[in-house]
Amino acid sequence: MAVYFTQREIVVPGQLLAKGPYQLGSNVYKVGNAIYSSIIGLAELKDRAIHVIPLKCCYVPKVGDIVIGKVIDVGISHWTVDIASPYSAILQVSDAFNKVIDTTREDLTKYFDVGDFLVAKIIAFDRTRDPLLSTKEPKCGKIDRGTVVEISPAKIPRLIGKKGSMINMIKKEINCQILVGQNGRIWIYAENPEDELLLVRVIKRIELEAHTSGLTDRIREMIRREKSRRGNVVSASKKGRKAS
Amino acid sequence: MSQLVRKVERPPRLIDEEGRRADGRKVDELRRIKIEVGVLKNADGSCYLEQGRNKIMAAVYGPRELHPRHLAMPDRAILRCRYHMVPFSVLERKSPAPTRREIELSKVIREALEPAIFLEYFPRTTIDVFIEVIQADGGTRCAGITAAAVALADAGIPMRDLVAAIAVGKVEGQLVLDPMDLEDRYGEADMPVAMMPSLGKITLLQADGLMTLEEFEKALELAMRGIKEIYNKQKEALREKYLAIKREVEVT
Repeated sequence: MAVYFTQREIVVPGQLLAKGPYQLGSNVYKVGNAIYSSIIGLAELKDRAIHVIPLKCCYVPKVGDIVIGKVIDVGISHWTVDIASPYSAILQVSDAFNKVIDTTREDLTKYFDVGDFLVAKIIAFDRTRDPLLSTKEPKCGKIDRGTVVEISPAKIPRLIGKKGSMINMIKKEINCQILVGQNGRIWIYAENPEDELLLVRVIKRIELEAHTSGLTDRIREMIRREKSRRGNVVSASKKGRKAS
Repeated sequence: MSQLVRKVERPPRLIDEEGRRADGRKVDELRRIKIEVGVLKNADGSCYLEQGRNKIMAAVYGPRELHPRHLAMPDRAILRCRYHMVPFSVLERKSPAPTRREIELSKVIREALEPAIFLEYFPRTTIDVFIEVIQADGGTRCAGITAAAVALADAGIPMRDLVAAIAVGKVEGQLVLDPMDLEDRYGEADMPVAMMPSLGKITLLQADGLMTLEEFEKALELAMRGIKEIYNKQKEALREKYLAIKREVEVT
């Protein structure tokens, strides 16, 4: 019985993590009684289970997940949606709206056209067939404003933070709306377009530095510095006008 | 590094009296290896590797949707590999069209990487590996496997282990580790080996030339020593990508 890593150490595939009666968490596998990592990530021992938190991964659909998709094709009675995953998703007309739509009379592009972004919930996926989406759920539907940012789905838990600490901090510092898709796409909207650009930078920085400690504080500092700099620019330009 | 060799002429001795090889290495010494991770922006995972005068770029895409669809397997992902030498990678221009040799090496490399990947996690998809040899000086299939394994890990693909590879040659009756083109050309034997080092499993073993059974056993042992060294470099390079960011932001 032994553990061969320090908490939150960066491990690589094939690295021996532990020997003995530990439970298998995510991204590890067992040969005999030895536990190895199967991915590049941060190793963690929690409640006698060994996990590796991935640093990079692809999104595998899970029933119940809220995702942000992009319409790539319009069919007779369905839309094909890219959900940033190896599997493209299907949205049936019957799962899209609460009202009845007569597909023989109506043109589906009226509702969602190619290139539209939409928020949807995954209602079925079993790996043998493509995932099915629904936009009947609350908060779901077409995105008609704001920006969609894409990051690695592995960094989504860090963007949310422990009990939402990171995302709540961001919402407190910047007046905005954020909707996080489990597939790594994030919808953001702010009244002030400059805030939206700042948000994009904040999210990209979280993605890059997800595995470092003290990130929440650094991000808060970054937002405050940016805001005060912007405040100075405004006051400076006012001064300039007075002088002339 | 020294200038490119213009003509490949056989020196009078490939190994001198002190046991030094044509480029000054000892018989059991690897060429200098440099590995960089995540060098391509558009690939899911990538790796640039230099091993002596070998320069190799590996890119991994996937798991992603497979086209044409009929190639897809219902229970697992498929792995596709392309080993390719760019026209200027050798002294005489090589036609960019895939040669028979490159097609065979693509298959051999695919089979060396396949056992390391958990393909069953992503049914109906494909994982594509591209290996471009930018400059070649012997042992490029092994360097290609080493680079591709790092690129696969960088793409976040679940793997049993990394795969590291090295060749052992026989030159003037002596076994040499990591033969370069010159030694390959005028040597008596060449044996590329690829392994999953922590699991101790061999995924590729080729050999051409003449070796006795004892020589083969010694050669395999020598290869394993070389592989262990390369494996450490692979792990270090993968960690370094993230540690560099950590160092940069946490100190300040």
